[in-house]
Amino acid sequence: MEAIIPLAKIILFPGFLFLAVYGLFLQWVDRKLCAVMQNRMGPPWFQPAADFIKLLAKEVIVPDAAEAAMFRVLPFFAMAAVMTALVAIPVGSSALFSFQGDLVAVIYLLTIPTVTFFLAGWSSTSPYATVGSMRVLTQLFAYEVPLMLALIGPAILAGSWNISEIAAFFSAHPALIPAQLLGFAAALIALQGKLERLPFDIPHAKNEIVGGQFTEYSGRLLDFFLLAVDMELVVGAALLNAVFLGGALGLTGAAAIAVFLAKTLVITFLLALLKVLMARIRIEQMINFCWKYLAPIAMAQVVCDILLKAKIG
Amino acid sequence: MSKITIPLGPQHPALKEPENFMLVLEGEQISGATVNLGYNHRGMEKAAEERTYIQDLYLLERVCGICSHSHTTCYITNVEELAKCETPKRALAIRTLVAELERVHSHLLWLGVAGYEMGFETLFMYTWRDREQVLDCLELISGNRVHYSINTIGGVRRDITAEQKAEVLKRIDYLAERTNYYIRLATEEATVLARTQNVGKLPYDVAIERGAIGPTARASGVARDVRKNEPYLTYSELDFKLITADSCDVFGRLVVRALELVESYKIIRQVLNNLPEGPTAVKVPMRIPAGEAVNRYEAPRGEDIHYLKSNGTDKPERVKVRAPTLANLQSVAYMLEGGWLADVPLVIAAIDPCMSCTDRAVVWDPKKGRKQTYGWEDLRKMAIEQYRRRGVDFTRL
Amino acid sequence: MKKPARVFSEVVKHLFKKPATCAYPFEPARIMPHFRGRIAFEQDKCIGCQMCVRVCPSKAIEIVLSADQPPAPAPVEGQPAGPAKKKFDCIMKLDHCVFCAQCVETCPKKALIMTQDFELAHVNRKELRRHYK
Repeated sequence: MEAIIPLAKIILFPGFLFLAVYGLFLQWVDRKLCAVMQNRMGPPWFQPAADFIKLLAKEVIVPDAAEAAMFRVLPFFAMAAVMTALVAIPVGSSALFSFQGDLVAVIYLLTIPTVTFFLAGWSSTSPYATVGSMRVLTQLFAYEVPLMLALIGPAILAGSWNISEIAAFFSAHPALIPAQLLGFAAALIALQGKLERLPFDIPHAKNEIVGGQFTEYSGRLLDFFLLAVDMELVVGAALLNAVFLGGALGLTGAAAIAVFLAKTLVITFLLALLKVLMARIRIEQMINFCWKYLAPIAMAQVVCDILLKAKIG
Repeated sequence: MSKITIPLGPQHPALKEPENFMLVLEGEQISGATVNLGYNHRGMEKAAEERTYIQDLYLLERVCGICSHSHTTCYITNVEELAKCETPKRALAIRTLVAELERVHSHLLWLGVAGYEMGFETLFMYTWRDREQVLDCLELISGNRVHYSINTIGGVRRDITAEQKAEVLKRIDYLAERTNYYIRLATEEATVLARTQNVGKLPYDVAIERGAIGPTARASGVARDVRKNEPYLTYSELDFKLITADSCDVFGRLVVRALELVESYKIIRQVLNNLPEGPTAVKVPMRIPAGEAVNRYEAPRGEDIHYLKSNGTDKPERVKVRAPTLANLQSVAYMLEGGWLADVPLVIAAIDPCMSCTDRAVVWDPKKGRKQTYGWEDLRKMAIEQYRRRGVDFTRL
Repeated sequence: MKKPARVFSEVVKHLFKKPATCAYPFEPARIMPHFRGRIAFEQDKCIGCQMCVRVCPSKAIEIVLSADQPPAPAPVEGQPAGPAKKKFDCIMKLDHCVFCAQCVETCPKKALIMTQDFELAHVNRKELRRHYK
């Protein structure tokens, strides 16, 4: 019996199944919000699930020139990395498994999908996919540093590298949450880059390089990649919630889960807002923007947090 | 860095019509571009010779989905010139009205497409929503959203009633307000500026050299507009400005088109408020006297040229269409070179290409940097040679 | 003058507006009066002059003799027996038709009528060949 409960937690809640279902739901929320803001109707609630099932039924085509083994295994790698990352992030009142330094581990785990995107494009060897994968990697170097810097700030303030402890610290000191606004904004924009959404959907900009790194993917394999991206949205929103917004705010049980859902929905809304407000920028403009503005903003937050820490003692 | 060659088209999300651009990439930058035409040749000019003048009207309307009125009006001016028919004033005014409504619809469409190509989907959705207003106007006046078929030989097919006039004016007021918003949006939004300024540069002398026309040329400071230079329909009596810009880039093309929209609203109001009284059409005999005619017309995309040769029967002997995109495509290769891959769709879209209008026989080799035109004799020789290889001898024909 | 996120106020305003699009096949689409739709045919007016057949740019119309013809009118006293008024059928090929309504304008007896019917899509091409009797 003792073995079954953790297993159920990993598979059902807050593990794989919850992540997949909530990922599809957030995808719908995102699409619907964008549609409403653009004065359209938007898809019905079951659209992401319908898309998922439809793609599952489609034929998988592996190009002759691609490295078949690599090509087939990468989507599962991406999904596994995202799912593992969720283990350390508190969904309800506490995380499934937390340890000192799991913040760094989660940042690492969230980099793995991006690397698999690169490898996916590279191993499919078609021109569009190659250009797309080069863009994935270039973009990674642009947003990764601001994202890390932004996440370090709260960690310094809380004096801990454990995500659950950071969340608990902010729950205990809610007055310090507004002081993290700058870092939160920087992390939000960097997250948009990590999720490769407008205005940073440069690696798979459809008007330029068709499907980017996913050009050659089809059927089940593409489906799992897309599911991994949806899950990454959940994990990213959950991470920002835990690190910047104080997680469950000290609540337990169903109330904690309700607070989690509400706050991730708000973060999704902010991400959707970013998506509709801007035109896609060029890759070199993106790098300029990230290093010139985003990294200094995140750095300023870190400095501010160090000063705050000294004041609080 | 190693060079890779990327095909853009004939099937590509950025292109709505089949056309091929071979791009040589060094990293993200383009070191060479080749334009390949001819994926959508429909043999329309030949088909026009097989049909009567009135049937050709509906055929030539389908040269282009967006500038359908431009092609028919240009063609019909030729026919009426040969038939020496006095087209009633009211018919000319209604043609001008539809022409300007068409320009509004085309430019709004372009604004949306430009937004889409730079990944600004909100702009795309908003402009296309508002474009519905002008499409409704056209449907109200002519009975169809795209293929208006308002022209007939000797006049127009439908008159404009007082209610229609009021309805169109109401919608134009709304559009004028929205267009002002889009102008402010497009000239102030930081990401739009980042994507359009200094992109797809076409300096004044290159624009002249490559024969750019329409908004593409006007954005490079070339003050060229058939409506002003050689007024047709009722344009000589109307008050409007010729819009130019000197920035020579995609941003300039955006500004020119947006300000032209404002001028078009001005023209539409003037035409509707001063509609001359009288009949809308005169009878023209089926047989058109022998002769030749050439006419120019400022389509939304630029200068459209039609040539017509008649042999005295009810069918034309030769119809030749020079669609505006063909003239502008020469500039595209220049604009692409040295630019970023990310700007390619936007630069191509910035000339507002209409590929299926364009596909005719022209051979142009930018790699060697020279144009090759085949005369009738050369083409004949090549055709005979081609068929001989297949085993058919046409030498005696 | 650069303003990032210039469209913000407009976007937020639209959060509380009804969408401009409509769920078309489930909701009726609005069309304008005098929209050029499917061409209908009135048999009793047709005199079989074939004007519409000749003018049609896409060769979409065929006018043929009906299978059952009305009997010849009873001869009137003192006049020679007149020929029977013939009846004609119209075959309208909707997959050819370009909906220009030129035939409606050309018809001398107004036997062809423009309707506002535009929902003509069909999975079976044969269904598009309408035989008006």
